[in-house]
Amino acid sequence: MDLFSFVKPKNELESKPDEKQKPFVPEEMWVKCPSCNQMLLTTDLQENLYVCTRCNHHFRISAQKRLDLLADNGSFAEFDANLRSKNILDFPGYDKKLEKAEKNAAESVTCGECTIDGVKSVLCIMNADFMMGSMGTVTGEKITRAFEYATEKRLPVIVCTVSGGARMQEGILSLMQMAKTSGAVKRHSDAGLLYITVLTDPTTGGVTASFAMEGDIILAEPDALVAFAGPRVIEQTIRQKLPKDFQTSEFVMQKGFIDAVVDRGMLKETLSKLLKMHGYKEAKQ
Amino acid sequence: MTAYERVMAARDSKKLTAVDYISYMFGDSFFELHGDRRYEDDKAVVAGLAMLYDTPITVIGIEKGRNTKERMERNFGQAHPEGYRKALRLMKQAEKFHRPVLCLVDTSGAFCGIGAEERGQGQAIAENLMEMMTLKTPVLTILIGEGGSGGALALAVADEVWMLENSVYSVISPEGCASILWKDSTKAPEAAEALKMTAQDLFGLGVIERIIRQPKADDKAMFESLKLLVSRTFEKNLAMTDEELLEHRYGRFRKIGANQNNYMGDK
Repeated sequence: MDLFSFVKPKNELESKPDEKQKPFVPEEMWVKCPSCNQMLLTTDLQENLYVCTRCNHHFRISAQKRLDLLADNGSFAEFDANLRSKNILDFPGYDKKLEKAEKNAAESVTCGECTIDGVKSVLCIMNADFMMGSMGTVTGEKITRAFEYATEKRLPVIVCTVSGGARMQEGILSLMQMAKTSGAVKRHSDAGLLYITVLTDPTTGGVTASFAMEGDIILAEPDALVAFAGPRVIEQTIRQKLPKDFQTSEFVMQKGFIDAVVDRGMLKETLSKLLKMHGYKEAKQ
Repeated sequence: MTAYERVMAARDSKKLTAVDYISYMFGDSFFELHGDRRYEDDKAVVAGLAMLYDTPITVIGIEKGRNTKERMERNFGQAHPEGYRKALRLMKQAEKFHRPVLCLVDTSGAFCGIGAEERGQGQAIAENLMEMMTLKTPVLTILIGEGGSGGALALAVADEVWMLENSVYSVISPEGCASILWKDSTKAPEAAEALKMTAQDLFGLGVIERIIRQPKADDKAMFESLKLLVSRTFEKNLAMTDEELLEHRYGRFRKIGANQNNYMGDK
């Protein structure tokens, strides 16, 4: 039940070391919605694609879960699964951080080829479990390779973003990934191919300022944080409180930077519809 | 000099700013063009046409201001989305007339504020990165002070990037890095070392092509040689076909992080 460790309900019983003091219900059976505080049965939550049955709060999900949600069963062939981040600049403490991150997930992004409702596509899914989806050189390289492959094979690309921004432990090299990925997106775009981004909570910093905002069509999950500068940075800069709902996907859509906010349950159907509207056909079996 | 001393030198309020470079290099030939044609004129970005010897070029600079009044007016060199959109408008114009583009970068970063977010700071930067990569005219960027993250990169997707010997270019400020990683912004000097943000570091990493000697206001000979260097680089790049030019520009960024042996481990 690793998946739920980040939303485990915190109550005083749980914090007591004495095993006997634990509530009689196994804790992982219940999850508290961070948005409406409703206690949810994990099985219900699972069935509802990790969306709160009461308030429609979209829980963060791992890249693997999202992959299962979007790619047709068994169709996904991963690219560059062996690429691993390295401490290139000899940045203090980065080796340890990487070691820890690799226990949670293989990398910050999973890229590959699959079918979505029968339509052949390149799919890249960022992973919050790996250093909050921060963009390092491996992230940039994998995304760039995925776009180059899609350009060559004339395939559409779908990227699901989740990122705290550029990875500072890789210094300037991480910043350069913004330019590199943007270049690959541009070549794909100039070849007349479709690129759809799906912004999920949170999408910020260098990822927002590069491939996340470069889709032909930009979708977002409800109530996701979508920002260049995060709310805390802004509050520190301007020394005033931000309005409620500032930088939610609904807000950013209203400001004109997102095409549509789509519920998780409708995501695959929406992608399939958009792919087919751009002339991409179901692959022959 | 330590990395942090370079950071301090790059931020020195007495050093020359973009308008100084424009005036010393192009004199009266500079004709300023205003506005992004969408929202307003962002004074943090100064841009226009200038004569480089006999060649008309487009110059775009991020201007911090030289005194308190100017600094307020220029928003301390922190551009809003309008600034990046003005830059892109003039780069597209340069492409139309096949004029080379010279960018002078000096910013602590793109502005973080409510209006900047509401008007799509991330989108504005992203669009510049994409469009500059295929701009069919030579682009040269010189960092003349601070190169703060995406706000600097948005004017630095160029055929070559040069840095003054006392300029810095980084994904985050050393103070920001120290306070996020070590919860202590006084450790900025250590962060400055670790981030490898000096011109010398970046040259070593293959991210920039040239380090330029720091010019002083009365150093006419220095500005003359800088002009000559810029002119020769444009001449070289103007001689390329569009395909060659864009392939070279793409390759310049494509290689960063691509070489497994240098950058990544296969496990």
